Amino acid sequence: MRSETRAALLFLAPALTLIAVFFFLPVIAGFALSVTDFDIYSLGNYHNIRFIALQNYGQLLHNATFWTALLNTLYFSVVGGPLTVAVSLAAALLVNARLARYKPIFRTVYFAPVVTTLVAVAVVWRYLYHPRFGMINLALARLGIHGPDWLGDPKYAMPAIILLAVWKNFGYNMIIFIAGLQAVPEELYEAARIDGAGAWKQFRHVTLPMLGPTFLFVGIVTAIGYLQLFAEPYVMTRGGPLDRTLSAVMLMYEQGFRWWRMGYAAAIALMLFFVIAAATAIQMRFQEKR
Amino acid sequence: MNGESPRVGPAFQPVPSEDRLESLSHTRVHGRAILLHVALVSGAVLTLFPLLWMISASFMASGEATTYPPHLVPHAASFDEYRQLFTRLNIGRAFFSSTVVAVGVTVLSLLFNSMAGYAFAKLRFRGRERIFGILLSALVIPAQVGMLPLFLLLKEMHLVNTYWGVIIPGLASVFGIFLIRQFMLSIPQELLEAARIDGAGELRIYWSIVMPLARPILATLAIFTFMSTWNDFMWPLIVLTDQSHYTLPVTIASLVGEHAQDVELMMAGSVVTVLPVLALFLFLQRYYIAGLMMGSVKG
Repeated sequence: MRSETRAALLFLAPALTLIAVFFFLPVIAGFALSVTDFDIYSLGNYHNIRFIALQNYGQLLHNATFWTALLNTLYFSVVGGPLTVAVSLAAALLVNARLARYKPIFRTVYFAPVVTTLVAVAVVWRYLYHPRFGMINLALARLGIHGPDWLGDPKYAMPAIILLAVWKNFGYNMIIFIAGLQAVPEELYEAARIDGAGAWKQFRHVTLPMLGPTFLFVGIVTAIGYLQLFAEPYVMTRGGPLDRTLSAVMLMYEQGFRWWRMGYAAAIALMLFFVIAAATAIQMRFQEKR
Repeated sequence: MNGESPRVGPAFQPVPSEDRLESLSHTRVHGRAILLHVALVSGAVLTLFPLLWMISASFMASGEATTYPPHLVPHAASFDEYRQLFTRLNIGRAFFSSTVVAVGVTVLSLLFNSMAGYAFAKLRFRGRERIFGILLSALVIPAQVGMLPLFLLLKEMHLVNTYWGVIIPGLASVFGIFLIRQFMLSIPQELLEAARIDGAGELRIYWSIVMPLARPILATLAIFTFMSTWNDFMWPLIVLTDQSHYTLPVTIASLVGEHAQDVELMMAGSVVTVLPVLALFLFLQRYYIAGLMMGSVKG
């Protein structure tokens, strides 16, 4: 028993030390940093750091840019998240359909965007969205629609980024939905059919309820990921036009690593943390109620 | 149902009604199958289009992607953009950086995570469940919360703008430990006890008995880690302050600032960045997708 404890200590030491020093310590320090006025002068000399209690948070709440960034992030998550989940479910139902052939091929194709490098495909989509030569507007022109300047128009920039995110991410949730669909016992469908339920009723009263836990998992993972929006606007719009695609993480990055206002940036990171925790808690409550 | 009568020759005129119903439902199933496959194929075309266009445009001559009338396939395959990337813009160095970082993180994190996962799954010690619980709580904390202090910490250690600065935060991961622990729980305890009775030390048991048995999960985690490290953007962007160590995603993001007009060049850069992970996925997708389902079912 003793030697087992010693062995356990030996096996755990590297990983736990690394996680403690390079994850938990910085997270705790992040809380501490957010109540200081750490800025570029502190970077040169740590003696310049002053404790300022919750002033950073107070400043944030009175800052229009912060609210813009937060609302943009929520817009992206609240519209993009459910849209991604819906497309994922549709894809899973199609790929998993009894009549479908070549399932593994379609599954692989739909999953491919997930493994691609976000920065690189964001660059690709930047050109697909080009107002004159972009393939999206050229396709729309074929249908007689005059496409907008997607990334240059304040109204369309965020929807354009959402579309890219749906394309990039739906395959991930699709795989999880397929796993969920395959776990639904066939007898339930048989019983429903005997009761005279058509395809839609079977979907509504058997498939959807049985997928409850899957929805919860997919919803939480998607929300956590989407609230951390960063690379897409960084590469495609730099937060523009008119700050319409500026996200919370982008604001944190700019304040912290471009202007070195690290105390202020830490407060932004923590606000984001609270939003993520709230989004997770809300979804769990919602699931419990049903 | 009664709208169309099946066209059958006079010899088969007295069709039994059941057969008729069946053939009708056959055509209905057939129609539904066609509809389903139309949906599947259009979805596949839409999904693949951006990637195919990226590859196609990367072989176009400079300026060809922005000429009227637009075309999807290059008039003549040109390697100019790739040549430019590898000579004048030295993207080979970024490729090297990405490889060093991704391979380094993958190999080392596999070692550390599997050691910890083994301890949590198979060794008895006080506080095991509590420590594991604390670790799991880390999964809900977004990385951004620790990023600013982490940067300052690495700066104190003189690791800013080095490969180690990118590698170190990825050396051990809660998710990896969790995944390996779940897998190792299913290794029978008797196997380890038998080895202990035979006088094998703990290190020996871990390396020669447990690790070979855990090969499937190690393969899954290796692909996972390699891809997410290769694709990672924000942390390398922060910690690499100088072009000499830029990884591919950071290079692409900085190139798009200077060469936004060179569509073909940017597409070639994207191909160089995306193709390695895409190829890896296609060859090893069996492990990758299995791991995804495992993580989701138990997560």
